[in-house]
Amino acid sequence: MIETMLSLWEWLGENLVIVQILIKIVVIIAPLMLCVAYFTFAERKIIGYMQVRIGPNRVGPKGWLQPIADAVKLMFKEIIIPTGANKTLFLLAPMLTLGPALAAWAVIPFSDGLVLADINAALLYVIALTSVGVYGVLIAGWASNSKYAFLGAMRSAAQIVSYEIAMGFALVGVLVAAGSMNLGDIVRAQQGGGGLFNWFWLPLLPLFVIYFISGVAETNRAPFDVAEGESEIVAGFHVEYSGMAFAVFFLGEYANMILISALTALFFLGGWLSPFAGWPLLGAMTDWVPGFVWFVLKVAFVGFFYLWLRATFPRYRYDQIMRLGWKVFIPITIVWIVVVGLMVVLEMPWWFD
Amino acid sequence: MTFKLFVFYTFAIVLVASALMVITRRNPVHSALFLVLAFFTSAGIWLLAEAEFLAIVLVLVYVGAVMVLFLFVVMMLDIDMATLRAGFINYLPVAVLVAAVMAVEIFLVVGPGNFGLDVFAPPPPMPADYSNTASLGNVLYTVYMYPFEIAAVILLVAIIAAIGLTMRKRADTKYQNPSEQVRIRKGPDRIQVVHMDTED
Amino acid sequence: MNVLRDYIKSLFLLELWKGLSITGRYLFRKKFTVQYPEEKAPMSPRFRGVHALRRYPNGEERCIACKLCEATCPALAITIEAEPRADGSRRTTRYDIDLFKCIYCGYCQEACPVDAIVETRIYEYSFENRQDAVLTKEKLLEIGDKCEAQLAADIAAQANYR
Repeated sequence: MIETMLSLWEWLGENLVIVQILIKIVVIIAPLMLCVAYFTFAERKIIGYMQVRIGPNRVGPKGWLQPIADAVKLMFKEIIIPTGANKTLFLLAPMLTLGPALAAWAVIPFSDGLVLADINAALLYVIALTSVGVYGVLIAGWASNSKYAFLGAMRSAAQIVSYEIAMGFALVGVLVAAGSMNLGDIVRAQQGGGGLFNWFWLPLLPLFVIYFISGVAETNRAPFDVAEGESEIVAGFHVEYSGMAFAVFFLGEYANMILISALTALFFLGGWLSPFAGWPLLGAMTDWVPGFVWFVLKVAFVGFFYLWLRATFPRYRYDQIMRLGWKVFIPITIVWIVVVGLMVVLEMPWWFD
Repeated sequence: MTFKLFVFYTFAIVLVASALMVITRRNPVHSALFLVLAFFTSAGIWLLAEAEFLAIVLVLVYVGAVMVLFLFVVMMLDIDMATLRAGFINYLPVAVLVAAVMAVEIFLVVGPGNFGLDVFAPPPPMPADYSNTASLGNVLYTVYMYPFEIAAVILLVAIIAAIGLTMRKRADTKYQNPSEQVRIRKGPDRIQVVHMDTED
Repeated sequence: MNVLRDYIKSLFLLELWKGLSITGRYLFRKKFTVQYPEEKAPMSPRFRGVHALRRYPNGEERCIACKLCEATCPALAITIEAEPRADGSRRTTRYDIDLFKCIYCGYCQEACPVDAIVETRIYEYSFENRQDAVLTKEKLLEIGDKCEAQLAADIAAQANYR
């Protein structure tokens, strides 16, 4: 049985490469969508716990079917298109949010060599795609023909463009440190006998923090969620959306969060590498754990931080967001790129020798 | 090979069509969005030409940043198309002349006489691990070091000039200074505890 | 020196970590949630739920149609009509409370000189028709009969504070 499957797979690779690639894409996207659904559940549970509540616990055992119920509800709701809205753009906008968030997963290595497209310019590709995601928000705000939506879109566009620069600079630091733009090579550059102390988060600590915070801003999450600002502009760019169109926005936002978490794990937290590699006792004990598991654990860890931030901090004021992006993050990243350059040139022990 | 050609022609048709839409749509936002599509498809064509660095940077810089700001401005502006189109007929002859001259010039430069497989031999196929980015970087920081740095300085001057020209301080606006606000300390700056005798 | 301290404080995100540690600690706190249909929160004897008219132990209704409740009701939810009964005592012929108007302030209960109109501990009720929201005298007396034991106990418990 397995052998026939394997031979079929090889036959596909030789004759119908496109079908083989499509199957691979489905294998990546389907679990990802499930993760997105359960990430919303995790968010409600964790934030509930931090607010000394227990969160959703009614649908299914312990509330585990809640995201499914939400999805079913949203699917059967009517998609209301406001009068005066530009129908094509209005419906295109959610897809433009979700599309790049999913497309970026093509270059994410889940384990050593386990990647859909092992390309050299992967890092650039990822930055380019995450910067395209802003169009969904922008078009949604404009096409809704609503003041609130438009204000939200404007805020979001300005914010995302500002933080993209800091994010890009942070990644330049990673690029200099790793000497490659291939995500697999970046992870391999973090290999070493020190386990988690060999990863880039330590020598690139400021860039790590800035990358993660910029990622939070880039995905319009609390405390940078001025694009939604329910207390000021109702729900921002997606006020006019309902039903599945809203759900696609929702999926896009959470897929983006998971993507940023995965990228943070790859760039700074050693991707699929074991945190105990080379340690005397723990290293041997955790040797059998596959790299994929470590990767998922790291993504979950960073994702948890997203929720933790949301449960803790109040929304930033708009001018402070701009100040933080332009006057704090960009100077720090530029300074640290120079420091990283020096460290690489001087072949600092442990990381760059 | 046929599949590659198919992709190329699809992208080419989309590119030309969206470029036409950019100049024919009445709504400036639609024009800007079609320009985004044009950038995207040309990036696709560059990818086909194995110029992945240029393609991705086109998406990153033009689609991801420049066009976002452009759309931002276009959406904010309340453009009165009637006054904008006034005098269209008057300027038409000049415009047609300029366009014709430009078309001829372009044809002379990039016409089939100067380009094509008979003029330029097809470049040898690169090995799979060949990195476009690395070779560009190598050339940029060795052979073209001075032009590159000079271009960077000119851009920097342009940035400073743009900021200097547009920045103005108005005395009557009440704005908050976040960097001062975040430096506020709880004790002396924010609240003052005043002790008062209780009254009966 | 202060400037340096400020820089260290903001660059190392000290205040943010303080905030995160608080929410982090609360993550493991015992949860307050009362799982409503299965569990219910404890209730005060002063709870103000739906209304009731009480009777004396001998079965005589308490209300003497003094209309103090009607007068004090801030939402004008109470309507009373009164007539002398065959035995000469003054009684209501109509006592309606419109629950759509009622704000459950409890003033009627406070105004009543004979503890006739009271607010019970019943809060789980609903209407399927709009006219059901008007509680008539019969319905009020019926509710009173049903909860008499609880009402008497609550009033006795609060007697010192009235």
